[in-house]
Amino acid sequence: MLAMSYRGPLRVRIDHKPMPEILHPQDAIVRVTRSCICGSDLHLYNGDVPDTRVGMTFGHEFTGVVEQLGEEVQKLKIGDHVLVPFNIACGKCVFCQQELYGNCHESNPEATAVGGIFGYSHTAGGYNGGQAEYVRVPYADVGPTVIPDGMDVDDAVLLTDVVPTGYQAAEMGGIQRGDTVVVFGAGPVGIMAARCAWLFGAGRVIVIDHVDYRLDFVKKYAPCEAYNFRSLEDPVVFIKRTTDSLGADVCIDAVGAEAAGNAMQTLLGRKLLLQGGSATALHWAINSVKKGGIVSIVGVYGPINTLVPIGNVVNKGITIRANQASVKRLLPRLIEHVQNGTLDPKALITHHIPLEEVSDAYRIFSAKLDQCIKPVLMPPSARM
Amino acid sequence: MKDTAKDYSHIKGWGVDADPKNDPTYPMKHRNDGEQAGYSWERPPQQPTTVEVLHSIERPNVTAVFGTSTPPSGLSGMIRRIAFKDSESSYGHWLPLMLADRVNMVEGVLDDLMHGHVPNIVGELGWKAEWKHNRTKLVRRVLVRVALVSTAVAYLRSRRDDS
Ligand SMILES: NC(=O)c1ccc[n+]([C@@H]2O[C@H](COP(=O)([O-])OP(=O)(O)OC[C@H]3O[C@@H](n4cnc5c(N)ncnc54)[C@H](O)[C@@H]3O)[C@@H](O)[C@H]2O)c1
Ligand SMILES: [Zn+2]
Ligand SMILES: [Zn+2]
Repeated sequence: MLAMSYRGPLRVRIDHKPMPEILHPQDAIVRVTRSCICGSDLHLYNGDVPDTRVGMTFGHEFTGVVEQLGEEVQKLKIGDHVLVPFNIACGKCVFCQQELYGNCHESNPEATAVGGIFGYSHTAGGYNGGQAEYVRVPYADVGPTVIPDGMDVDDAVLLTDVVPTGYQAAEMGGIQRGDTVVVFGAGPVGIMAARCAWLFGAGRVIVIDHVDYRLDFVKKYAPCEAYNFRSLEDPVVFIKRTTDSLGADVCIDAVGAEAAGNAMQTLLGRKLLLQGGSATALHWAINSVKKGGIVSIVGVYGPINTLVPIGNVVNKGITIRANQASVKRLLPRLIEHVQNGTLDPKALITHHIPLEEVSDAYRIFSAKLDQCIKPVLMPPSARM
Repeated sequence: MKDTAKDYSHIKGWGVDADPKNDPTYPMKHRNDGEQAGYSWERPPQQPTTVEVLHSIERPNVTAVFGTSTPPSGLSGMIRRIAFKDSESSYGHWLPLMLADRVNMVEGVLDDLMHGHVPNIVGELGWKAEWKHNRTKLVRRVLVRVALVSTAVAYLRSRRDDS
């Protein structure tokens, strides 16, 4: 079968690989129909995530048709068209029982800090991902959800990560009616977080990025205020000034390790890789939030130390909430929002690209070429 | 709770999920009886270990399922095995893993060559997309690099001529 193959920083290609097999009685094999590239894949692509091995297939946001089932799978049948949450979760461990599906204890032997994630290095379990024609899906009774009748597959594939992550970013902000919410990052996740902040009753939503076409998009889509930090002298001062000098009630970091905007963070976090990424957006979030306010982090960072102004967290009495999105927990509500038209995820998709052109697709998304917001890879069988 | 008098009717779904009780919010965990029971849940069946799996020393076992994509091999595999002797709290774990990743990249090229395949690095880098969508910048970047390299070469030549 065709599958994306990682070759080293900034180098990916399409290869022929053996078909995946059932390795556990609760596995399914799925024929992929859509597979996105995510901002999280860029951390792998840039070579930032330790234990990213050459030859691995990435891809944690995918839909597909069930082709084979392990003997213990009960809820799915062959031919079901499913959306597959990016977290691999057993449903049984104490963390899954607490709905911490991103923190399952039975899916990632290599690291205890995070549960298994499809196609996300050995630091997240060593699974091949969905940027391929076929993929092995463990714990098939827990995560995969049959795509409801009438739902567009482009909407469904965004329910595997972008929508729940954006929604949870807003939810973790504990947003109350009238709150001012600042979202750092106008990538797919930040855009969705800004959109969802309104659902929780935000009074004002502000997005910060430095890519103009994305700012223009989010301004209309959320809809919200949007500012380019390159044209602000100091984004923290700007936010203070626009909030009566007090700061925002809630700040959301939807950027993570690849943040631009501060030379030292970029040097240490992105060039020398001596930190778990560049924490510029997180730094701004902590310093722009009101005393007693909430910082919600969904931006992803590596596992090693990262410079953040922790003293200000203490002195301002800030609450920090963070996690990988718990996709399964949120799906019922989010499916409703998509079905009744409250949320329109597929509007974020700017590119459908043949799987075979995966090298170009990564470059387009990573370098923000051709006004790209969200690219979806289409395997040959899905293009017929 | 200010601003609620404002009109948000142009925003579809405004306030539909507003909930004064959503603070504190997720991931405050849903406490249950299992909380103090330790590692005692009924585990899913164990996936047979058909490949070498390195596991964190912060857990006693290999998880019930695991990925089999790219087992450790070669020199990079040896470095990874050493890394897994240290905990996730230690640079002794993560820095060797980063080193192993870079070694693995070279192994990947050698492996390609051994299989008679010369990797198309320009293609893998996605330069076709740069050429299509970002031509001027790409050309500028290549020209700058060519200029830097030729200046360096010229300088080294002139030094050699001097000596
Ligand atoms: N927690 C989760 O479950 C989860 C799930 C999906 C993605 N993520 C993470 O969310 C982040 C965003 O994902 P995405 O797909 O939107 O990625 P993306 O790379 O498309 O978007 C990131 C955006 O941040 C902007 N940016 C860079 N530096 C900035 C700064 N200092 N301030 C403000 N904006 C800045 C970039 O221009 C870009 O538009 C990534 O770190 C990704 O790994 C987390
Ligand atoms: Zn993702
Ligand atoms: Zn679990």
